Formats: sequence, structure tokens, C-alpha cells
Amino acid sequence: MPRKIKKILLYVAVICIVIWTSVPYLWLIVSSLSLKIDLLTVPLRWIPSHLTLENYYSLFFDRGSESVNVRLFIQSLGNSAIIAVTTMVICLYLGVLAAYAIARLRFKGSNLMVLVMMAVQLVPPIILVVPLYVIMRQLKLIDKHIGLIMVDISIVLPLVIWLMRGYFASIPSELEDAARIDGCTHLGALFRIILPLSSPGLVSVIIFAFIASWNEYLYAFIFTNVDAKTLPVLIGEFSTKLGLEYLKITAAGVLASLPPVLLALIFQRFIIRGLTAGAVK
Amino acid sequence: MRITKARYRAIFDDPRTLGVVLIAPAMLAILAIVLLPLLSSLWLSLQQRDLPRPQNDAFIWFKNYWDLLHDPRYLNSLNATFRFSLVSTILELVLGVAIALVLNQKFFGRGFVRGLMILPWAMPSIVNAAMWKWIYNADYGALNALLTQLHLIDNYRIWLAEPVTATVLVILANVWKETPFTIILVLAALQTIPDDLYEASRVDGATEWYSFLKITLPMILPVLMIAGMLQFIWGFQTFELIYVITGGGPFSTTELTTLRIYAMTFRSLRFGYGAAMAYLTSLVILIPAVAYIRSAYKRVVEI
Repeated sequence: MPRKIKKILLYVAVICIVIWTSVPYLWLIVSSLSLKIDLLTVPLRWIPSHLTLENYYSLFFDRGSESVNVRLFIQSLGNSAIIAVTTMVICLYLGVLAAYAIARLRFKGSNLMVLVMMAVQLVPPIILVVPLYVIMRQLKLIDKHIGLIMVDISIVLPLVIWLMRGYFASIPSELEDAARIDGCTHLGALFRIILPLSSPGLVSVIIFAFIASWNEYLYAFIFTNVDAKTLPVLIGEFSTKLGLEYLKITAAGVLASLPPVLLALIFQRFIIRGLTAGAVK
Repeated sequence: MRITKARYRAIFDDPRTLGVVLIAPAMLAILAIVLLPLLSSLWLSLQQRDLPRPQNDAFIWFKNYWDLLHDPRYLNSLNATFRFSLVSTILELVLGVAIALVLNQKFFGRGFVRGLMILPWAMPSIVNAAMWKWIYNADYGALNALLTQLHLIDNYRIWLAEPVTATVLVILANVWKETPFTIILVLAALQTIPDDLYEASRVDGATEWYSFLKITLPMILPVLMIAGMLQFIWGFQTFELIYVITGGGPFSTTELTTLRIYAMTFRSLRFGYGAAMAYLTSLVILIPAVAYIRSAYKRVVEI
């Protein structure tokens, strides 16, 4: 095949890929910035006549009849942030120590721990939902922030340990040996040598952990009702109820997706390294 | 007795002690939130435990499982889940490899396009579901508008009310979100293939298709296996996508087991039966799960 045709075919393919990946999301954004009148006309106007922030305003500001929805939205936004950040911090702390132990210290049962950590990542949450619900109801943790944080740990912690273990294992052990000869303890070496060297790993783990708990739906859906309800649950409620305004859902959806999407796009190198760490070596 | 520094080191800097001390908090957390509920669920699955009828609570051995094998609605959901996961996985692998091969070429704006692939991956799955539901909307959805303006259909159709199109469309929504994972893995694997291999086969006069079959495919096969197993397992865990887009309809054609388990436990409040359903369903993904763990475990322990 002549080179020129090949080049053209390549660019056609690239454009198709870009359209396929971005257009659904762009349509969500355009919808959220549109007036209802532009979207409900047939034939549909793809480019709205006016761009408006009205749909976003109506999520945040009371317009008389919608005070309940506004309060719910702001509260769930706050809940999502609190729960995602707290889960991330706890898992980071526990996960870094555990990952160091697995990656660097040979102790009785260390291989078993690796196995457990991997197996846990594949346990379907739906199996755990039923017994966890029974347990949490007895402990009066349903619809409590702390309750949801506890169950979210079961998703995020294995992920953190798994990723950090990979980063720790990639740091040459000679560095640590040298520190130990100079009188450093294992923990001293972890905090003075290994952690600073694995700061790219830490960044990616922080983002992974945040995204995983920010996006989490099933547990939040089952274990919260009102007080601890997160943004994904609210969006789910909005979009399964009939008659609710579509445009409000699109605006709420864009807002909910912005933190993970922006983090992932800004730190894409870290994310790609993290995603491939387990699979490609 | 005073604990001196040397004494402290002798005890706590010994890898055998320190390792256990460091891993204990994480392990305890996982024991309490995952392993304990896992066992308790197994125990629950052997009981009749219906919240509305506590007088009938009893230990009934495997009766729940036996009943499940004769529960047409459950078998239907198992079938739907299997179909959903298998078709999604195959599409994600084929599309993932095709897109990764394109993105591995040299073109203007390559870094940007590669970065864009992360977008669907990062989106909350509930937003993905709401987004596609809006696109598929019968009255105002972009899908109807697009197909009409392209003159592919004459009238707006209620896509989600027809079994076949509903199934296809929820799979499409799933594939859109999940393919980037495969793309990223395959792209990374492609970059590890040395150029000289292709050089050599070109010298030998091989066609591009031949080099793809003989060089590229074998080199990315391990990664494809891993991606495929994970995607299949994740397909079985899909919940909110279906819950929001079709709610399991029409006529239960898209009702996945997760929706059945949810309805059985939290609507009908039959906890024992729900637990048995979750366990029985998980047996299907046990084989890919064990295969995945084996291959991943080998890699870790060898290092």
C-alpha cells in the first residue's frame, strides 16, 4: 500500500477513536450547559443556541420549591468528599506499612499475605453486601460516615497494598542495605530512603485510592440512606426516578465526574504506570 | 527493665517481627471487613432467614442452592450475566487491541489521544450509566436524533423496551467504559516489543498481518489473558449500569444476577436465599479468578 494512503487511513482511524471516546462525554457536558428548549426540540440541535449555567445554579441555589433537593445535593457532595479523603488517608497509612512488609521483609506467612491480598481484590462486593448489612445494622453503622468508610476500606486497601508493593519492589535493595549499614532501622530506611524514592508511586496510589472511593456506588447505595448519602447514590436516585429533570442529572453527573476525570487526565502518566504495574513486566 | 536502643532493635528491627507488626493492622481490617463476612455469608446461605417470617428461620443445609437450580428467574439472570460479561469481554479485547495498535503508530497529537483514553476509565460508573441512559432516551435522546438525521430510522424508537436492542445497548455502554483498561495494558505491552523483531520479519518478506500473528499477538498474549480474565470477572460484578439504564428489563432480559441478589435480599428480605445466590454465582468466576491469581502470584513471588 502506498505510504500516503496508509497515512490517511491512520488519521481516519485516530479521528474515529477520538470521537468514540470523547463524544458521549462531550454530549453530557453540552447537555448540562443547555437550555431545556434546545434539547427537547425535534430535530435535535446539536449546538445549543445559548450556553447557560442554569442547570448548575439550580443544584446549588434554592429556588423556593426545591430546597430539599438543594440541601440533599450539597450534603451528598460534602459526604462524598469526606468519605473519599478519609478512606484514602486510612488506606494509605495502613497500606504503605503492609506493602513494605510484603515487598521487603521475609517473615512467616509473607507469601500467604500476598495471596490473600490478591484474592481479596477479586471477591465480588455483592457477596459481602448481605453479611455486612447484617453486621452493620447490629453495630448501628448504617447511614453513618464511619460505616461506609469501613466498608470502602475493603475495596481500597488491597488496591493500595498491591500497587505500593510493586513500587517498593522496583527500588534496588542496595540502597536500603547501605542505609542499614549506616545504622538505620528498617522503618527508618522506609521513611528516609524508600518512601521519598517512591513518591511517584505514592502520587499514583493516592489518586487511585481517591478515585476508587469517590466513584464507589454499590456499598454507598446499600449502606446509606440520608445522612451519609454520597453523590453517586444521589445521581442514581435522580436518574431512576421518572419525571425528574434530565438536565439537572447531566449537570450533577458532570460535577461528580470532574474530580476523578481531571485528576486522571492531569496525572495520566502515574495512572498508566499504576494500571500496567500489575500486568506488564 | 529499661528498653535500650539496642534491645529495641533486636526485637523490632528483626524482619520476622517487624513484618508481622506492620502487616497486622491491614490484615485485621481485611479479616474483619472481607474474610469474616465471606464466611458469615456462607453460613447464612445454608439457612432460611426471611426477615418477614422469622418464625421459619432454620438451618436447611443446601436447600437454598437446590432451589436456586430450579429457580427460572435466577437461571435467566445467570444466563443474562454470562452473556453480558462474555460479549463485553470479547468486544473489549478486540476493540482494545485494535485501538492500541493504532495508538502505537506515530501521528500528530499522539500523547493527547493516548491521555484521552483514560477519560472513560476515570468516570464514576454511575455517571456513565446516567450518561448513556440520557443518550438512549426515547423522546429526547441523542441516539434517536442521530439515527434519524442520518436517515437510518424513520421514527424515534424506544430502544430500551426491546430485548435485543436493550441488551446490545447496555453492553455498548459497558464496553465504552471498560475498553480503556485493555487499551492501556496492551499499549504498554506493545512498547516492550523490540523493533528488531519487526525489522527481521520485514527483511524476510513477511506481510504485516503475518507479523501481527507471529510477533505481536504472542507478545501481548499474557497481557490479553490477564485483561480478559479481569474484565470477565468485573462483568459479573456489574450492578449500577443495569440498575439505572434498564432496571433489568425489558422482561428481565438484562436482569443480571447482581440485580436479582439485590432484589432478593433488600426487597424480599430473604437474606439466606440472597446469600446462596451470591455464592452460587461466584462459582462461575472462580475459574478465571484462580487463573488470574495463579499467574499474578507467580510473578510476585519470583521477583
